[in-house]
Amino acid sequence: MTALEVGAVVAERSVHLTRESLVRYAGASGDFNPIHYRDDVAARVGLPGVLAHGMLTMGLAVETLVPWLGDAGRIVEYGVRFTRPVVVDAGAGADVAVVAKVGAVDDDTARIDLTVTAGGTTVLGKAQVRVRLDG
Amino acid sequence: MNPELVGREFPPTAPYLVGREKVREFARAVLATDPQHTDPDAARALGYADIVAPPTFAMVVQDLTLQQLLAEPGSGIVLERTVHAEQRFRYTRPIVAGDELTGRLRVTGIRPFGKGAMVTSEAEITDAADAHVVTATSVLLIGGEDQ
Repeated sequence: MTALEVGAVVAERSVHLTRESLVRYAGASGDFNPIHYRDDVAARVGLPGVLAHGMLTMGLAVETLVPWLGDAGRIVEYGVRFTRPVVVDAGAGADVAVVAKVGAVDDDTARIDLTVTAGGTTVLGKAQVRVRLDG
Repeated sequence: MNPELVGREFPPTAPYLVGREKVREFARAVLATDPQHTDPDAARALGYADIVAPPTFAMVVQDLTLQQLLAEPGSGIVLERTVHAEQRFRYTRPIVAGDELTGRLRVTGIRPFGKGAMVTSEAEITDAADAHVVTATSVLLIGGEDQ
């Protein structure tokens, strides 16, 4: 993992989320907040629809990077802001696109910036992964 | 939201044993594709004792600590009016199947936000040897009851 150039895209992918994805994540994570699977609750609390768990978006975003890293243990820090919700339509679902670019490099670590969009809108802010460059 | 919760440290959660099938289930849920999350041989080739959990798996243990906060009498927190605003993990090492993890939650900040509050909390997650694994920091936006 030498000679990383700032601005270079190191990984990218697009995934399709459905209501099943949300139920699966709820079960796997233990987060059963009903705004992630019940339209009536989402409407009652004023949301535009049933939303993907922020942690699902955060989790699938960083997994875009892991095959390139080779070892998830290289990740020393990962943070995001949940700036826009990902609305998952009951029929059409939602498409989420992830692009991972080198944001900064120093002697031992690199900062990888993740751009995560759904329906053309950026949904995570300051999504940054700090990774170790040594073996 | 009860402002007296700032500075509150909750007791350690009961040890959480990270199961191999749970890690596989979680890896599938976050659409992970790398074999280190599902194949013990691939993980061992990287020097780990068993499969490596996806980076955000730490949330499973952090969530146990946040349940303590939600269960606090008079906290004023209603789950369906809670929005996750920010999340950060700082890792000493990745979580691996077989780990026995304990979380300790500390509420580090509460500030008014609209009719509700922004609550920052930090969960320190350690292993059976009491060594640091990961610290998970959350900012939750807690909505007011009368929205």
